[in-house]
Amino acid sequence: MRYLPKSDSERRAMMDACGIDSPEALFAHLPAAARLGRALELPAGISEYEIVDYFRRRAAENANGYASFLGAGAYNHFRPVLVDAVASRGEFLTSYTPYQAEISQGVLTAIFEFQTMICQLTGMDVANASMYDGSTAVPEAAMMAARLTGKGKALVARSVHPEYREVLYTYAKNQGMPVEEFGYVPETGTLDLEDLERKIDGLTAAVIVQSPNFFGVVDQVKAAGEIAHRSGALLVLIFTEAVSLGILEPQAEADIVAGELQSFAISPSYGGPFAGIIATREKHVRQIPGRLVGQTTDSRGNRAFCLTLSTREQHIRRERATSNICTNQALIALMATVFMTVYGKQGLRELAEQNLAKAHYLAGKLKPRFAGGFFNEFAVRLQGKTPEEANKSLLKKKIVGGLPLGRFYPELSDSMLLCATEMSRRPDMDALSEILGLAAR
Amino acid sequence: MIHNVRTHISQNEALLFERSSPGKRAYQLPELDVPPVDALAALGAGNVRAGIDGFPEVSEVEAIRHFTRLSTWNYAIDHGMYPLGSCTMKYNPRVNELVARIEGLAWAHPYQPEALAQGSMEVMARLEAMLAEITGMDAVTLQPSAGAHGELTGILLIRALLEKRGDPRKKILVPDSAHGTNPATAAIAGYAVENIKSTETGLLDVSALERIVDQDVAALMVTNPNTLGVFEENIARAAEILHAKGAMLYMDGANMNALVGIARPGDFGVDALHLNLHKTFSTPHGGGGPGAGPVAVKKALEPFLPVPRLKRSGKRWAWDYKRKRSIGRVRAFYGNFGVLVRALAYILAHGGPGLRNATVDAVMNAVYIRKRLEPYYDLPYGSPNMHEVVFSDARQAAHGVRTGDIAKRLIDYGFHPYTVSFPLIVHGALMIEPTETEGKAELDSFIDAMISIAKEAETDPQLVKNAPYNTRTSRVDEVSAARKPVLRWKGGEG
Repeated sequence: MRYLPKSDSERRAMMDACGIDSPEALFAHLPAAARLGRALELPAGISEYEIVDYFRRRAAENANGYASFLGAGAYNHFRPVLVDAVASRGEFLTSYTPYQAEISQGVLTAIFEFQTMICQLTGMDVANASMYDGSTAVPEAAMMAARLTGKGKALVARSVHPEYREVLYTYAKNQGMPVEEFGYVPETGTLDLEDLERKIDGLTAAVIVQSPNFFGVVDQVKAAGEIAHRSGALLVLIFTEAVSLGILEPQAEADIVAGELQSFAISPSYGGPFAGIIATREKHVRQIPGRLVGQTTDSRGNRAFCLTLSTREQHIRRERATSNICTNQALIALMATVFMTVYGKQGLRELAEQNLAKAHYLAGKLKPRFAGGFFNEFAVRLQGKTPEEANKSLLKKKIVGGLPLGRFYPELSDSMLLCATEMSRRPDMDALSEILGLAAR
Repeated sequence: MIHNVRTHISQNEALLFERSSPGKRAYQLPELDVPPVDALAALGAGNVRAGIDGFPEVSEVEAIRHFTRLSTWNYAIDHGMYPLGSCTMKYNPRVNELVARIEGLAWAHPYQPEALAQGSMEVMARLEAMLAEITGMDAVTLQPSAGAHGELTGILLIRALLEKRGDPRKKILVPDSAHGTNPATAAIAGYAVENIKSTETGLLDVSALERIVDQDVAALMVTNPNTLGVFEENIARAAEILHAKGAMLYMDGANMNALVGIARPGDFGVDALHLNLHKTFSTPHGGGGPGAGPVAVKKALEPFLPVPRLKRSGKRWAWDYKRKRSIGRVRAFYGNFGVLVRALAYILAHGGPGLRNATVDAVMNAVYIRKRLEPYYDLPYGSPNMHEVVFSDARQAAHGVRTGDIAKRLIDYGFHPYTVSFPLIVHGALMIEPTETEGKAELDSFIDAMISIAKEAETDPQLVKNAPYNTRTSRVDEVSAARKPVLRWKGGEG
């Protein structure tokens, strides 16, 4: 087998050195009842060519050559070529978590730059070295808020990504953390602040909001923050579309920012792997979950970086750790770092402006359902056709339409969520609006 | 004698922020084919930022040099042996990278219509079935993002089943040799943790287990082979004890590289386990992630698996969201699909017989290292080992040289260190896992280096204590880093 480097004569020499005469002797100490008395029922190994062919066939069974207007937590942005050129380097690809700082300065330096850039984008003081994804960052942020406030309840806006909320419930249930939802204003799609005022109380640890929210609307984060802080709760701000950070003002009211970086050159890849982040204020750093890279010096006095504040983590603190997380998303964070470097200060702004322009061009032809200002996503209400029926007609034109919202919001079953990015071509947007226009109000 | 390495030029490189200069760019966007939009009008004046203070501004050439130079400061499997115990640092086949980037897979949107995602779903269904066969379990979820995430999923499944029976119970038992994620996971899942002391031979203490297991115990989390690399010979008996009291057996599958094709957790009483696809199934660690931590379970736990589940609907795959007893989602979408593609490519390449051969070679390599290093390093537990071997620094400590020092000296010889000071039950542990993808020459070289260091520890302990010497970065001051954390660049320094 091509992944096993030993020749038979080398194996024999090694067995001789071990004092055994057959490979079976290596397993002789296993209890017979525990042994698998047969071969695995798996096919024989195949060649590289056959592997590529197999996956090409599977890829052909997916959508190919369609224009897509799906967003909702996974966005269609161009991936600069440099991203894979860097991430494919074996030095990055095939290294482990950088525990041995002396021979891991490459990834440590890149993560330090990553943490810095996330702080610059979010306006926070510290950012961790990444989380599994945006959705799992939400319960981690809620648990962090609970530790910081000594309170136990979470209030989450219904305009937070529905699947992120589902993940929060799964974690919260077993943490004994009550979670309550508050609504959105049906006309604007922004937070129902009165509902928040009604539901918040002295037991609330975290108020969790998203901006741009699930409907694409830039939300009233400041007002939510003021309400949260009046009750002694922390404001957790979620983002799913990181490109919006290139144009939106960082929210000074946020105590914890938790987000998803998929937009930064991470291919949608049917939902993963992505990379999440948690960023926060300096004073909260001892409660942040996940890996952190810090600056220090080596014994010759040169600047160096290493993993730090690990007394928060599971391998030291075990059951008293801030989180059970061990793996981060270093390679994905590296891709995001290269993306941020390629676009840089000016480019990320221009990219965000193009997204804004494309989405508003499309929205100009289809009246958005909500009046709130939006970035690159918006909801439309259809008439005479359900979103599912409209999508069927679009597929015939090789267009994947928007996400039908009824699946997550029964009251919006007549609406779909559309997304346009710098990758959306004008002719496709025209074709989409022509077909939807017949059905949109 | 160091013969695996000699020094070569290593470029210095400033941080991106120090390299930046206003107006430099590495990008060009296409001409906008729609009218521009006034951001202030569209988003509201208070919502538009002025600029991104401090964000990098470099050219394309500077960008690629920057990251290429950084990359040369990293050690990687592609350089040489990486014998981190419990981490299974094996070769990462490049064809896996290629297939994960095929456009129809890499650009599949998680919400694209099921009819246009059949290829992705077929890949996942096939991998689920293969992992079920490899583990001897009845059902698999691919949703968890990594090992610890899989552990959490597994414990929540057990909690859900016990809850349905009327009582979720209060505590999880964890041997003192366990990975740190095990107790941390139990705590996140809302359980108290009770540690069980290992026996004198480093194994699970079954008689202690018999005494401890009562109506309050939800499960035992056990790693098999354990963190000493030793197969838990009484595992089936442990399962019986737990099951008799209505408790469950959870297995941390971090060490499955010792078992694939040889023994299956489903056949020795395990109710649930997670796999680390980034260990056993060769997906790249990438400097710390991404991973994937599928969970395999017995039938009784199947109704509780996270939503959505794949199901066959006529000739097509569909996602089933209507599962009343599910623990819910553990993450958005369906899992780290790109990692799953790589793992399936690995399994297809090996096939059934190849996977078993890989296990044989992995164990043979570890046994060989043990045989050859036993004369030089203290072996605290004498039980037969499988895919990894754990020594202690007892002999070298007599000269003031500790496991951490030996590890740093190993770097000078051109190897990544083994896992240092773990498991906790071995004082001064050297935990060595070679994996099957090391040939005899590389193993011999590593063994020679370890023997040479053992001699240095006796003759010139200070030499070992101040290592490494040949790296561009010498020993790093981790204490100051933690005392006064500098976690971002602020300008001016360095």
